[in-house]
Amino acid sequence: MYNFDFEKPSTIADAVAALATEDAQALGGGQTLLPTMKQRLASPSKIVSLSGISEMQGVCKGDDGSVCIGGATTHATVAASASEYPALAALASNIGDPAVRNRGTIGGSLANNDPAACYPSAALASGATIVTNARQIAADDYFQGMFTTALNEGEIITEVRFPVPEAANYQKFEQPASRFAMVGVFVAKYADGVRVAVTGASEEGVFRWTEAEAALSADFSAHALEGLSVSGEGMINDLHGSGEYRAHLVKVLTKRAVAAC
Amino acid sequence: MTNISMTVNGKTVSGEVEGRTLLVDFLRNDLRLTGTHVGCDTSQCGACTVHVDGVAVKSCTMLAAEADGADVATIEGQAGADGSLNTIQAAFQEHHGLQCGFCTPGMVMAAADLLKNNPKPTEAEIRHHLEGNICRCTGYHNIVKSIMAASGQDVSQLAAE
Repeated sequence: MYNFDFEKPSTIADAVAALATEDAQALGGGQTLLPTMKQRLASPSKIVSLSGISEMQGVCKGDDGSVCIGGATTHATVAASASEYPALAALASNIGDPAVRNRGTIGGSLANNDPAACYPSAALASGATIVTNARQIAADDYFQGMFTTALNEGEIITEVRFPVPEAANYQKFEQPASRFAMVGVFVAKYADGVRVAVTGASEEGVFRWTEAEAALSADFSAHALEGLSVSGEGMINDLHGSGEYRAHLVKVLTKRAVAAC
Repeated sequence: MTNISMTVNGKTVSGEVEGRTLLVDFLRNDLRLTGTHVGCDTSQCGACTVHVDGVAVKSCTMLAAEADGADVATIEGQAGADGSLNTIQAAFQEHHGLQCGFCTPGMVMAAADLLKNNPKPTEAEIRHHLEGNICRCTGYHNIVKSIMAASGQDVSQLAAE
């Protein structure tokens, strides 16, 4: 990895100032960024660690009943502390492996928007709000394609707010070597309807399966999905699985998620 | 270059590192604590597992500068001052929990992390916890057996030999 300047500010304001330098890069837990830098696929001139910012740590309950998670909160902390939203805690408890969960952060995962990451599906299916140092972004506007988000240069995810659903479940079909999702489906049932978000499958990154949402909002049962099909068009096609295979998994995992709710 | 200091196995240490210096390189090259191994260098194999502020991390995927001020524990600090093995190490020896030994430091540190939070894990819980630790000799059965034994549970019924 090429060398860089290192800064570890203790406030959001200092981090924003440090990131104003050209080619500066925020560092969450580094579980994706550091391997990327080792391969020289990224070579920032400055790394700004967000791990020392106490106001971006931890899980709490908002006034409206939503679960609020600081952007620098690790997966392990979410798994242990997000008991108000059990499906979210369960998702966090199965990302990567224990040591990775002790470093990786929710803000880092959402900022990176890996097409096979778990968190984007939870954020999109929950209609979460991504809070940054500058604004609040609805999940529907935030995810803009593989590794692409609404974040501007130097913008930091300080918090993520999840409305708590009546029922929810996440099903991940793991790619056995990397443990990333070959396909992952997050189903969340709210009073005003059901939302279904799919990760791992599409070349465009996480997406909502709107046909399934309509069917499940009318009849919340796995049976309601019988007549639906997912096209393999635009699905990721690689040595781990074809587009058709991933499309098939989307329906299977959605049914499993509904059955487990 | 940045000056960093931390506690490693109870001793205060300090050094000068580049931004890009990994924690494992600081431990091995600067402190000469070569018990922590680099296996894959891609955060998959877990041979470099150490504890930072009480939790297991992969030291090949953490910057040394991120550990400034932290309390770090490595395999070298696991045995007693007189060299006597701790419970987990003794169980690995007793139950042949290692073959070539390369993954063992990471396995022992991962096991310590598990048993601290879950003193009586089931076999399935042990296997799940070791997802991020790879044994290239494929000696998993006896590693699991060793950790079961270290937790004080009966291992006579486990299939592995």
